[in-house]
Amino acid sequence: MNKLLLTVAKRLGLGLFTLLVISLIIFLAVDMLPGDIATEILGQMATPDAVAAIRAELGLNLPIHERYLDWLGGLVQGDLGNSLATDRPVASLIGDRLMNTLYLAGLAALISVPLALGLGVLAALYRNTLVDRVVSVSSLAAISMPEFFIAYVLILFISVQLGWLPSLSKVDADQPWLDRIQLMILPAITLTFVTCAHMMRMTRATIINLLSSPYIEMARLKGLGPWRVIVRHTLPNAWAPIVNVVVMNIAYLITGVVVVEVVFVYPGLGQLMVDSVAKRDLPVVQAASLIFAATYILFNLIADVVSIVSNPKLLHPK
Amino acid sequence: MMISEKPSTTTDGHLAGHDARPSVGRKFTRAVIQAPLSAQIALLVVMFYLFVIVFAPLLAPYGEAAVVGDAYAPWGGEFWLGTDSLGRDILSRMIYAARNTVGITFIATVLAFVIGSSLGMVAAVTGGWVDQTLSRLVDILMAIPLLIFALLLLMIFGGSVISLVLIIASLESTRVFRLTRAVAMDVAVMEYVEAARLRGENMLWIVRREILPNILAPLTAEFGLRFCFIFLLVSSLSFLGLGLQPPTASWGAMVRENVMLITFGSITPLLPAAAIAILTIAVNLIVDWFLNKTSGFSK
Amino acid sequence: MTSNSDLDRQARVGLVSRRSFLKTAAAAGIVTAGAGALAMPAFGADTGSTPQRGGHFRLGLSRGSTTDGLDPAKYADVFMQSVGFAIHNYLIELTEDGELVGELAESWEPAPDASRWVFRIRKGVTFHDGKPLTAADVVASFNHHRGEHSQSAAKGIVDPIESIETDGTHTVIFNLTAPNADFPAITSDYHMAILPEKDGGVDFESGNGCGGYILKRLKPGVEAVVTRNPSYWKSDRAWFDKVTFLAVTDTAARTNALRTGQIDAMDRVDLKTVNLLKMDPNLTVNSVDSDQIYYFPMDTQAKPFNDNNVRLALKYAIDREDLVTRVLKGYGRIGNDHPIGGSYRYFADLPQRHYDPDKARHYLKKAGYDSLAVDLSTSSAVFTGAVDAAVLFKEHAAKAGININVRREPADGYWDNVWMKRPWSMSYSSPRVTEDWFFSQYYSADAAWNDTNWQNDRFNKLLVQARAELDQDKRAQMYAEMQRLIHDQGGSVAPAFSAYVSAARNNVGHGKIAVNRDMDGNRIAERWWFKG
Repeated sequence: MNKLLLTVAKRLGLGLFTLLVISLIIFLAVDMLPGDIATEILGQMATPDAVAAIRAELGLNLPIHERYLDWLGGLVQGDLGNSLATDRPVASLIGDRLMNTLYLAGLAALISVPLALGLGVLAALYRNTLVDRVVSVSSLAAISMPEFFIAYVLILFISVQLGWLPSLSKVDADQPWLDRIQLMILPAITLTFVTCAHMMRMTRATIINLLSSPYIEMARLKGLGPWRVIVRHTLPNAWAPIVNVVVMNIAYLITGVVVVEVVFVYPGLGQLMVDSVAKRDLPVVQAASLIFAATYILFNLIADVVSIVSNPKLLHPK
Repeated sequence: MMISEKPSTTTDGHLAGHDARPSVGRKFTRAVIQAPLSAQIALLVVMFYLFVIVFAPLLAPYGEAAVVGDAYAPWGGEFWLGTDSLGRDILSRMIYAARNTVGITFIATVLAFVIGSSLGMVAAVTGGWVDQTLSRLVDILMAIPLLIFALLLLMIFGGSVISLVLIIASLESTRVFRLTRAVAMDVAVMEYVEAARLRGENMLWIVRREILPNILAPLTAEFGLRFCFIFLLVSSLSFLGLGLQPPTASWGAMVRENVMLITFGSITPLLPAAAIAILTIAVNLIVDWFLNKTSGFSK
Repeated sequence: MTSNSDLDRQARVGLVSRRSFLKTAAAAGIVTAGAGALAMPAFGADTGSTPQRGGHFRLGLSRGSTTDGLDPAKYADVFMQSVGFAIHNYLIELTEDGELVGELAESWEPAPDASRWVFRIRKGVTFHDGKPLTAADVVASFNHHRGEHSQSAAKGIVDPIESIETDGTHTVIFNLTAPNADFPAITSDYHMAILPEKDGGVDFESGNGCGGYILKRLKPGVEAVVTRNPSYWKSDRAWFDKVTFLAVTDTAARTNALRTGQIDAMDRVDLKTVNLLKMDPNLTVNSVDSDQIYYFPMDTQAKPFNDNNVRLALKYAIDREDLVTRVLKGYGRIGNDHPIGGSYRYFADLPQRHYDPDKARHYLKKAGYDSLAVDLSTSSAVFTGAVDAAVLFKEHAAKAGININVRREPADGYWDNVWMKRPWSMSYSSPRVTEDWFFSQYYSADAAWNDTNWQNDRFNKLLVQARAELDQDKRAQMYAEMQRLIHDQGGSVAPAFSAYVSAARNNVGHGKIAVNRDMDGNRIAERWWFKG
């Protein structure tokens, strides 16, 4: 167990280093974009004087390494800085939106993970039958549709024609809980379509793979029913790869839902990041990408810990 | 480390038997004849797409961007699938789009696999600092959300087809690297690889003769899905205003251009979306068949 | 990123004008507009409803961004402009009929000539927090855009102000660097909100203003909520109890929200599907003819465009009607190669130029070409359908032996890197209140956005003369000649004016819709109401 803790600690340290490098990459990338916050805010009306005035006030004339170290210095003290565009503290801009993003990811995961695992087991159990084919083909069809296409079709039927759910998902911190869930259902279903197939295929493949191994044969020969074989003997050993793909998909639900946010006008972190990139609002871009990266690193760590715990051999590599 | 202690992350996580090198010619024909019906249909579909792609200029009744009629002409008559908002023939654009979309996606996917799997195998076989460096680099790149990273890079390097393909291929190659390294790791510790090493075979030989054949199955499975994901990435980018720009026809962009029609219950945007879906399904059915064959549990 | 660059583009000063503008200024030397003299628009015909109070109005707007802020100097697009007109008042209001009417200014007059303007400020007006409006607030509000360290997008239009002084608590005097009979018009620009003075500067952060609504909250890129100002000095405006401005960038999302009743009105209807939208019995689509011009500027100093024959050839090589039909779906009207449209006061009705491949060939030959190949840079950032417009132009020009090579540039950074940098590109411009305003920004030799790099001595001389001229007829003649110069020699192919197309649910009432800016001159919150 100590070894596990050591691994986790080592990984967290490496994660911090990764975040540092990422902040540098993003800083350089945004700096390489044509234009800066001054030209983007003033746009066509930019006069050289006004652009110079904004640059001077925001300190954009300083050399890039000074600006980066300045930002890093603030970060070390827990200060994410202020948005260049609105002069509001970045933390306050991001807070609400981060929670919204997490809620949506959570709801989508609650729907899609059980569904994917259930379908995966089902398909494995009845593999090469009609059930398997239908599940496989329809899940493939679902992931091959662009997200916005699925979203618009759902809106057409469920919002416009049936009027069951609203098409705008503008959630708000002071809405009652149930209202918020109602607003989040359509985006969550859309995301379910997007993520379900990947997890389902992984589950199916892993289980099929294990079903052909000798100890399962043995269990079967002992006369155990197919469900019992899967639940008692196969799933425990299939855990690692399945958790892995599940965790990666949850990370995707947090970091990759810009398009769904746009279509449902859902105030999440992705839209904030895209807008901030467009305006070259560096502190906001930095903060958002660090949150995304940290999410990814953390979820990765969780997946690995699960793998290690479920397979002690990995704890003691030769 | 994010990878090393982890079992394979394949989409269909099983390994092929030793030395399952692909056979050609007669063997292939026989395999096709013995294949399940679904795989045969899928093969037909893929061949049909290939035919359309190769002969696009001969098959399309009109030019890719030519304005040939009134806007929104109905189906039938002169324009089989009607015309779009500018008066361009939708059938012709669908056909040219096959070329652009499948071409770009295919090239990007292949490139991603060439880069990702060769580096992944090198990392697995070599180990040590090479492995460490490559793995850390990939960890870093993967931690930046794909869509947003692609967006940034496209804004920096411009949205030409070449930069689009290169950017997507290099970003997606990180995913392939991760998978390849994980499965190759398992193979690299096998006795026969050790034996080859002791025999003094060089790395290239080991990679080509021992590693690659044994990880081909999971890589192929991944290829099917990755192809689909890259497809979607391109269309998401075009949704956000980047990616392939009009008037170049591409299925993703055609869905996007006509997406407002869905709001009013028209099926026109369904055509390009279905074209994407059918190809994806066909490719993955073939992959399934291939996997079943190589792993021997088809029955 | 398309929408954002487009958005910046839109942010250029834009106001408009009407023929009836300054029925006066110059000629009489005096302009006044009575306090309560805000003529009620003629309802009736349009809506058959009389305005009444109440209701929560939800407006879905296309161009909100998470980087929006409350500083009027940086209002980016229709979202913040509409919020600005809800919470703030301006010295002068441009009405739906295109007239300049005093808002916070009771009257204004040139004294003694057009290089010095005296504004009398309305008495008894208070800000939302109860602070009374005085001349000091007006001076601070204008100084916010002026000076060396100004970060304002409106710096260009206040540059002609040399100094501002006060005379007592309710009189402000603007001293200009040169006579300008059209000066008062700029005070109606959306940047020129009157803000409360604070510590020698202005307080824009609080959203405190003199407008008909009080800001409750602004969540950039999501929504802005305002409630009615109970002590608003206008009794016949600001009818809603509460207005929510929603940032809904995606056109399909806006349309769906309107159809399902989640919003009451939206801007920028999708033209490709507008006919389908019209079939919805619960909605009304409103199209107003604006003088927003779509044009193709050429660098008149660069080959081959330095030869006016080449410019004329290209002007004859475009089928304007086809462009309006296919790209604008009929929501617009053809242009005549100069930017002044029918709503301007001194609009000169020149003979319309039409598609004529033979004439184009003729001018091409005169320039010494049998055929011509030119690059045209365009981008989706210019306007919806800009790339389509370029592709169509290419097809039209081919019949005149001109091969236009359409170069699609990235949307992001288009206005920075392409427009005014490449020899031939595409652009659009919102209308301005006066001809002088437009010409000074786009056509005078030293204009900031002289995107045709045009150096016409006669034009430049006329521009300065007309600005100082107080005789209306003489001004009309001069402006007509300037329009003809642009039409015959200018560097822009200007084939179309676009319309502003918006939609609202049937229970929303409104009067005549202004043409100067989108969404009733951005004053939708102040002017519209719910029917009973």
